[in-house]
Amino acid sequence: MEKFRPHYKKGGKYEKYGPAFFGIDTFLFVPNHTTKSGAHIRDGIDLKRIMIVVVFALIPVTLFGIWNIGFQHFSQLGIEKGFWELFGFGAIRFLPMVVVSYAVGLSIEFAFAIFRGHAVNEGYLVSGLLIPLIMPIDLPLWMLAISVIFAVIIGKEAFGGTGMNILNPALVARAFAFFSYAGSMSGDTVWVADAAITDGVSGETVLGTLASGKEAGLSVMDMFIGYMPGSVGETSVLMILLGAGFLFFTGIANWRIMLATVVGGAVTALLFNLWGLNSLMEFPWWQHLMVGGFLFGAVFMATDPVTATQTSKGMWIYGFLIGMIAILVRVFNGAYPEGMMMAILLMNVFAPLIDHYIIKGNIKQRKNRLEKSRLKA
Amino acid sequence: MSNDIRIKKGLDIKLKGTAKKEVFDLPRTAIYGIKPTDFHGVTPKLTVKVGNKVQAGDILFYSKMNEKVKFASPVSGEILAITRGAKRKILDIQIKADPKDVYKDFEKKDPSDLNTADIKEFLSEAGCFPYFIQRPYDVIVNPDDSPKAIFISSFSTVPLAIDEVFAMQGMEEDFQIGIDAISKLTEGKVHLSVDGNKNSFFNNIKNVEIHKVFGKHPAGNVGVQINKIDPINQGEKIWTISPQDVAIIGRLFSTGHYNTTRIVAFAGSEVEEPRYIKTKQGVKIDHLYDKCITSAVHEMRIINGDVLSGKWVRKNNFLSFYNTLISVIPEGEHYTFFGWMPFTQNKLKSISRTFFSWLTPNKEYDLDTNINGEPRAMVMTDEMEKVFPMDIYPMQLLKATLISDIEKMEELGIYEVAPEDFALIDFVSSSKIEAQEIIREGLDLMIKEVG
Repeated sequence: MEKFRPHYKKGGKYEKYGPAFFGIDTFLFVPNHTTKSGAHIRDGIDLKRIMIVVVFALIPVTLFGIWNIGFQHFSQLGIEKGFWELFGFGAIRFLPMVVVSYAVGLSIEFAFAIFRGHAVNEGYLVSGLLIPLIMPIDLPLWMLAISVIFAVIIGKEAFGGTGMNILNPALVARAFAFFSYAGSMSGDTVWVADAAITDGVSGETVLGTLASGKEAGLSVMDMFIGYMPGSVGETSVLMILLGAGFLFFTGIANWRIMLATVVGGAVTALLFNLWGLNSLMEFPWWQHLMVGGFLFGAVFMATDPVTATQTSKGMWIYGFLIGMIAILVRVFNGAYPEGMMMAILLMNVFAPLIDHYIIKGNIKQRKNRLEKSRLKA
Repeated sequence: MSNDIRIKKGLDIKLKGTAKKEVFDLPRTAIYGIKPTDFHGVTPKLTVKVGNKVQAGDILFYSKMNEKVKFASPVSGEILAITRGAKRKILDIQIKADPKDVYKDFEKKDPSDLNTADIKEFLSEAGCFPYFIQRPYDVIVNPDDSPKAIFISSFSTVPLAIDEVFAMQGMEEDFQIGIDAISKLTEGKVHLSVDGNKNSFFNNIKNVEIHKVFGKHPAGNVGVQINKIDPINQGEKIWTISPQDVAIIGRLFSTGHYNTTRIVAFAGSEVEEPRYIKTKQGVKIDHLYDKCITSAVHEMRIINGDVLSGKWVRKNNFLSFYNTLISVIPEGEHYTFFGWMPFTQNKLKSISRTFFSWLTPNKEYDLDTNINGEPRAMVMTDEMEKVFPMDIYPMQLLKATLISDIEKMEELGIYEVAPEDFALIDFVSSSKIEAQEIIREGLDLMIKEVG
C-alpha cells in the first residue's frame, strides 16, 4: 500500500481513482491523519467502527436465518437432516444474495465516489447485509440486484449520499421489490425455500395465516426462537434481542427509539386485543411484537440515525408512531402484512417534521426569553 | 448566597501527566513576546519601534477598531524584533528583557473611591481591557459597553486542567481587589462559579454571586455556566475574565504596577516533570520546556492551552496572553492495521463502548494527535447532544452555520456559544467534523453582518 499511495494522491497519476483507492486503503488501515485544527485529540470511534459494530450485531440473526432456511424447507417435507446439512442448504441459498447485494451496491458507491470526488462512505456496509436479510429467500437474484440499484441510486445517492438520505436505503430496496415484483415478495409461497415448486411445502408467514382468518398454529416458544417462515433475518426474537443487546451495550444504536417503538406497538396491539373483531385483532399483543419483523425493524431499521429523528425528544414520538402504525397497517389491511416496512418508511418521511417542531419549541423558548428581558428593560 | 448548578451531560477526559503540585520559580529569561494573533479580530496599530526602551505597563500597540483597547508590555526591556508574516501581518513583538523589571508607575488606587468611568479609563491606560472577553462572539470587549453581567469561572475541567485554587495561593487579596474594581463595570451582577466539590478561598470572595457547579467537562466552561445562570439574549452583552487575570487587575490597583506574574501548568504525557511554573506573561516556551523535558522520546506536539481548544505552537513561540496551561502530547502520524475492529485499540478513549476503555473511566490516557478516522458525512446524529449541556441543539446550529443561514443561527442560539463550547464535539464526532472552526467562522460572519 505504501508504494501505491503517492500515485493516487492529489497530483498523482491516478488521482481520479483516488476515492476508490483510499476506500480500500482505509478499509485496511486507520490512516495516519493528524489533527490540524480544532481539538488536538479525538475519540477513537469512526464511522467504519460504528458500521462494523452494526454488522456484528446482525451476525446472530444471519446465522440463525441461514439455518432456518434449511430447517423450514426440510421439516415441512418431513425429512430429518443434521444441523450442518440444514445450515449448508441455507448458506447455498443465502450467500449468493449477500454477494450480489454487496457487489452491486458497493460498485455503485465506488462509482459515485469517483464521479463526485469524495471519500467512500461506509454506510453501505450495513445496508448491504440488511437488504438480503429482509427479502424472501426465493427472490431471484436479478430482482435483488435491481432493487439494490434502485435503493442506492434513488434512495441514497440522489439525495447526496450517506448522511443525506431521507428513507432507509434497505427498506427502499424492499419496498421497490415489494411493489414491482409482488408475486415474488408476498403471498403464501415465497417465505420458505422452494415452496412454490415443491408440493407439501407451505411458505406462509404467521401474519398471512392470521389474515386469512386461521389460527396462528405456532407455539410461543417457536416464535421466540424463530422456528417459523419469514424473511431470512426477521424470525428469531432471541437472536434479534442478542443483536439489540450488543447495540445497546456498545451505545451505537439509540435505545430511545427501540424502546419507544416497542411501547408504541404494544399499546396499539393491546387496544386491538380489547376490541377483538378478527383473528389479527385478537392475536395477543405481546405476540404481535414477536412476528412479522416487528422487532427486527425496531432494532435494526428504525434506529438508523440518518433517517430517524435527530432530537432526543423527537425519538420518543418517532418510535412510538412507528410501533403504532406498524400494528395498524397489519390489522386493517390484510393484504399488506408488512406493516413494519410501511411504518418505518412513513415515519422516515415525517421525521424531519417532528424534529422541526421540537426545534421550534427551543427557538420559541429563546424568543420568549428575549421578550421577557426586553419588557424588563 | 450560593446557587448549585449540576451539569449532567459531558465527558471528562483524563490524560497522563497532570502537573505536580509544586511551584517552580522560573529564573528571569532573556526574551518575552506578545502575539497580536492571540486577540481574535484585532488589527494592531503599533506605538513602538524596534530599539525602543519600554517599561512593564507601557503600551505596545492598540486596536485599530477601538483605541481604548490597548496592549501593554508584560516586562521592561528593549523591543528586539517585530515579526511579520504574510501580507505584513504582525505575528509577534519580541522584547529583550531587563534583568529586573522596571514598572511604569500608575499610582495605586482604591477601587471603592472610583466611579465606573474612572475605572474604565484606568484599565484602558494600563492595557487591561484585553483581559475581558465578550459573549457573544468570543472577542475582546468594547470598553464603551455596559455589560449585563460579568462571569468568572474559578475552575477548569479541561484535560490536564490547572488547579487555580493551588496556583493562586498568595494572590487571594489581589483577586478580591480585582473583583471590587470589576464589579463597578456592570450594573448587573458579577457571577463567580466555583467547583462544587471543593471549598476554597473563592467561596469567601465578596462582591460577587457565588455558584457551586458540579459535573463533568464542560462544567468549568464559562459559556456553559452563563447558559445555566443568565443566558444571553440577542443584543445583550456579557463579559468574562479568567481568575488569574482578575488578580493582575487587583495588583494594578493595589501596587500601581502592571505585574503579569502568573502560574502556568506545564503538563502532558510527554512531559517528564509536569509541574506548575511561576513566570510572566509572554515567556518563551522553550524556557519552560527545558525545565520540564530533558529528552524527547517521541515526535511531540506542544499546545498553547488545553488539548481541546489550544493552539499548536513550536518551541520558540511564546506563552499566549490568556494562557495558564501548556500541554505536550505525542504526535500520531501512524497507520493502524484494521484499527477499526471493535474492541481493539483499547488504549484510546471513547464515548462509545466499542472500546473496553469504558470499563475504566478513571484511567489516565496518553492520547496522541491521530484523528482515528477520516472526515465523513454526519451520520451519528445523536452523539453531539450527549456532550453538550447547553439548552441548544448543537448539530442543527452547526448545520445552520455551515450554510451561513444567519436567521437560523440567531434562532438556534449562536449568540450564546463560543468555539470552546464545541471542543468536545470535535472530540466525540465519529464523522470527524471541525465544530470549533465552523463556529468561529460563524461568529465572524455574525460580526460582519450583524455587528
